[in-house]
Amino acid sequence: MSERYESHDVDVLVIGAGGAGLRAAIEASAQGARVGVVCKSLLGKAHTVMAEGGVAAALAHVDPSDSWKVHFKDTMLGGKMLNNWRMAQLHAQEAPDRVRELERWGAVFDRTRDGRILQRNFGGHSSPRLAHVGDRTGLEMIRTLQDFGVHQGLEVYMECTVTKLLKQDSRVVGAFAYWRETGRFVLFRAKSVVLATGGIGKAYTITSNSWEYTGDGHALALGAGAELIDMEFVQFHPTGMVWPPGVQGLLVTEAVRGEGGLLRNATGERFMERYDPKRMELSTRDMVARAIYTEVKEGRGSPHGGAFLDISHKPPEMVKKKLPSMYHQFMEFANIDITKSPMEVGPTVHYIMGGVRVDADTGAATVPGLFAAGEASGGMHGANRLGGNSLSDLLVFGRRAGAGSAAYAAKAPGHGVVDPAQVAAAERELLEPFERASGPDPYSIHRRLQQSMHSLVGIFRTEQDLMKGIEEIVKLQAEANAVRVEGSRAFNPGWHLAHDLRNMLTISEAIARCALQRRESRGAHARLDYPNLNPELGDVNSVATLDGEAVRVSQSPLPRMPDELRALFATEPAGVQS
Amino acid sequence: MPEAVLHVYRGDASGGGLKEYRVPLEEGMVVLDAIHHIQGHQAPDLAVRWNCKAAKCGSCSAEVNGKPKLLCKTRMDALPPGQPVVVQPLKAFPIVKDLVTDVQWNYEVNKRIPPFTPKPNAEWRWKQEDVDRVQEFRKCIECFLCQDVCHVLRSHGRTDAFAGPRFLVRVAGLEMHPMDALNRTKFLKEDAGIGLCNITKCCTEVCPEDITITDNAIIPLKERVVDDHYDPVRMLVRLVTGKKKGE
Amino acid sequence: MAETAHAASREHFGSTSRRDSWWLAPGLVAAGLLLLGGYATWAALQGTHFEFGRYLSPLYSPKIAAPWWPLSPALLILIPPLLFRSTCYYYRKAYYRAFFLDPVACAVGELNRGKYTGETGFPFVLQNLHRFAFYLAFLWLFFLWHDVWDAFWFDGRFGVGLGTLVILASTGTLTLYTFSCHSFRHLVGGKLDCFSCTAAARGRHGAWLGVSALNEHHMGFAWISLVSVCFADFYVRLLSMGVFHDVRLL
Repeated sequence: MSERYESHDVDVLVIGAGGAGLRAAIEASAQGARVGVVCKSLLGKAHTVMAEGGVAAALAHVDPSDSWKVHFKDTMLGGKMLNNWRMAQLHAQEAPDRVRELERWGAVFDRTRDGRILQRNFGGHSSPRLAHVGDRTGLEMIRTLQDFGVHQGLEVYMECTVTKLLKQDSRVVGAFAYWRETGRFVLFRAKSVVLATGGIGKAYTITSNSWEYTGDGHALALGAGAELIDMEFVQFHPTGMVWPPGVQGLLVTEAVRGEGGLLRNATGERFMERYDPKRMELSTRDMVARAIYTEVKEGRGSPHGGAFLDISHKPPEMVKKKLPSMYHQFMEFANIDITKSPMEVGPTVHYIMGGVRVDADTGAATVPGLFAAGEASGGMHGANRLGGNSLSDLLVFGRRAGAGSAAYAAKAPGHGVVDPAQVAAAERELLEPFERASGPDPYSIHRRLQQSMHSLVGIFRTEQDLMKGIEEIVKLQAEANAVRVEGSRAFNPGWHLAHDLRNMLTISEAIARCALQRRESRGAHARLDYPNLNPELGDVNSVATLDGEAVRVSQSPLPRMPDELRALFATEPAGVQS
Repeated sequence: MPEAVLHVYRGDASGGGLKEYRVPLEEGMVVLDAIHHIQGHQAPDLAVRWNCKAAKCGSCSAEVNGKPKLLCKTRMDALPPGQPVVVQPLKAFPIVKDLVTDVQWNYEVNKRIPPFTPKPNAEWRWKQEDVDRVQEFRKCIECFLCQDVCHVLRSHGRTDAFAGPRFLVRVAGLEMHPMDALNRTKFLKEDAGIGLCNITKCCTEVCPEDITITDNAIIPLKERVVDDHYDPVRMLVRLVTGKKKGE
Repeated sequence: MAETAHAASREHFGSTSRRDSWWLAPGLVAAGLLLLGGYATWAALQGTHFEFGRYLSPLYSPKIAAPWWPLSPALLILIPPLLFRSTCYYYRKAYYRAFFLDPVACAVGELNRGKYTGETGFPFVLQNLHRFAFYLAFLWLFFLWHDVWDAFWFDGRFGVGLGTLVILASTGTLTLYTFSCHSFRHLVGGKLDCFSCTAAARGRHGAWLGVSALNEHHMGFAWISLVSVCFADFYVRLLSMGVFHDVRLL
């Protein structure tokens, strides 16, 4: 086997080099493991660079009364109590240390007047809590991790796509991949594997996500027999650009609202007054996204079908200093000076709360040897994620998955045996599209999937739409199995898409089936036919597994929160119900 | 619907040439939109790197009408109308395929830079004014357009001796960090080859993040190198007082 | 359509896919430097007509007595300013592009020459001593401001002539040019890593901010000062030759 393919042996294989992947790799390496990092793009280009507003951590630099308990409570309430309480607890407790650690590694956050890390307001957070660098916090984070990591001796395999996890009996023992540049295959043997592949946004038409976000980790986990949870919860970020068409969906950071930006409809009304009078613009993302969607649908939208987001009442110098990339983004793409005129914004697919079911403390998936962290994992954010909690999630659980995978690798008896039949099947799957004399092209299937997901499994859902959506997805799966690819194996985006498409279709099916199963509206999952929250569904997770090629869904009980944490919510029945 | 004509480089290390494509022109369209349209409808195997499509990741670097640009940030309506738009790969790096080049060398250079080394026992408090400079350098998205346009690399091929503007910017961010304890002037002079830069500022002209590379990063570093390695008066002072470089 | 070789093929001078008039900027710089440099050289070689009343041409300031020197005194006097300009970070860019064609413009092919050494080999390694040229230029400012002072006095009485303003403009722009120098920016505070750590550093931060603000316009000051120095010489020369009569404003 190893003679036919280029192969690499590592202790821990991290798939994905965004914040979670790099933090996991750094930790595993620090624990003494030999670590390989595989990523689809060049190092440092992962979607984490797009994160803008900040990283949430109860440092209490701006509001001394902030604490991990308040952060924990905000997170649980934002997630409509569906979060894995242990993850939310670890996250709130450890985030401050993770942020300070980044600073020790060279990150340069904006400062308070007394020289500490500055924090800003964000939706759903009850104190100014987001450590930030203007509106390019993600870039700062990934560059810090990247530069720290390369000096730690990580082996980085750039522009390499993993298509299958390889198993020996029940245990994950490696991965099969191809080099994007040459199309040649490569085999990784590993004692443990960490999935840190990010999200699924490219299954939708309007998304803030990059091409990489095709649900690879989710699909790899399913294929390896792992469970996914909460896949119905897809976060629509309320503020994406709506015009011009080429940048539709491009993120407009929540920091605009954090810094005082106001939302208005076409009549000039601050419409959030009618949806969440207490928190207004700084309500949670699910609320604001649905509010904007509703305003547009009811005819009070802006000229290009969005809402107006206005920061022009603030001093221009402050806007340019705190929101520099927003200023340039609108100036360059839309000819709008945001210090003078309002932006037009609308909901855009941004994040999936659901993901691989993991053990809170170690990031271990339900399959031995498999770990997951970041957006690819599920449970931390429940039914809706608060802004800023993603970057802290990456750091906290990236580190934990790194430690967990390194500990697992250290205990493993050695590298497992790679099954040639599994490798041959993976190879066949990739090469078949070249061999077909005719067949649909991947780009057109992708466009149709995106349209179906957007219109049928979108921001508001109904049983009828979801059934139709599933029907459509299954049809497209059949077409994708007959897809034809032109050209050679050398850097061929059409071929790359043909593979990514399969992942997107699998994940889309999981999303649609979980959404169909959850007969209530909770957080990011809004059903027009079940518009209210159903308390009985408040303690169950949706679970998705793969049965052959088909996605099966079921329910499982939520882990029970200990009483001392439960007590924190005693005075908040309204919040829990909302 | 109005149409745009693009001449896109198609080929690999063995050769190639410009190929003509026509795409419908939309309002606010950028060159990357046009390339995606070609991919999705005419040439599915057209190779291009891209990620964020928002000028934040620095992946879609190429040359538009001969100038190094981010494809996602170059608007079609900013290019001369009625003329074909020529899209070519970066010239300073070996071609892989079509618009994709091999930028691995940059990652090798980065590894050689002495890493951030915090001062021991320091109190981690510093003011915004201490890091305004450093934050400018840390805006870098590693698009490598400055590396591409720099004539030391592009025309003279001195990848053997010169780190290029991108990595001088990175070193500037480390050298001027208020908590960093290392002195990298020897590295700058001997390994990074800062003396090869003749400050002709093409890097600053192409930077999509508007980092004033030459004036704010390279020249201040050159001056720091002068402090430690060229200034005879300082050398004399060090000789007399026994102080070390960088003090 | 015609197959164009990939850009990575061997370049020759001027080869580029750029469509704009890339040659215009280096052309203008070359013309400007030749014109002004040519005038200054010619004027410096004259050795006459550099004084009128208490007006003194900046090309001949400070007045020196060097009986051993057979040529025009300007050729000695101008050494420090010439060193300052020729090692200046802006002028280096200007002449590397316009005269050495290295590079003539961004993303445009260069001449095929031997191994490129930039500012590491002789004589260009000497550019590193720019700060010493700055020290001299700084010293020269004292002489030049003294000339300005002189230009306000007419037969022992205070006054202002057109020439006063011309000389004031020349010295004023030279001062801006000198204080916007990159080396000065480094020395005044750029070399510090922490601005808030000591009281002295806090003071230097303010100075550094000021010099940085000037430094952004260093190129502009370089040109304006060059033009106004030449014009001041020209003006004094015309007065001295009797071609033009000074206008008394006050």
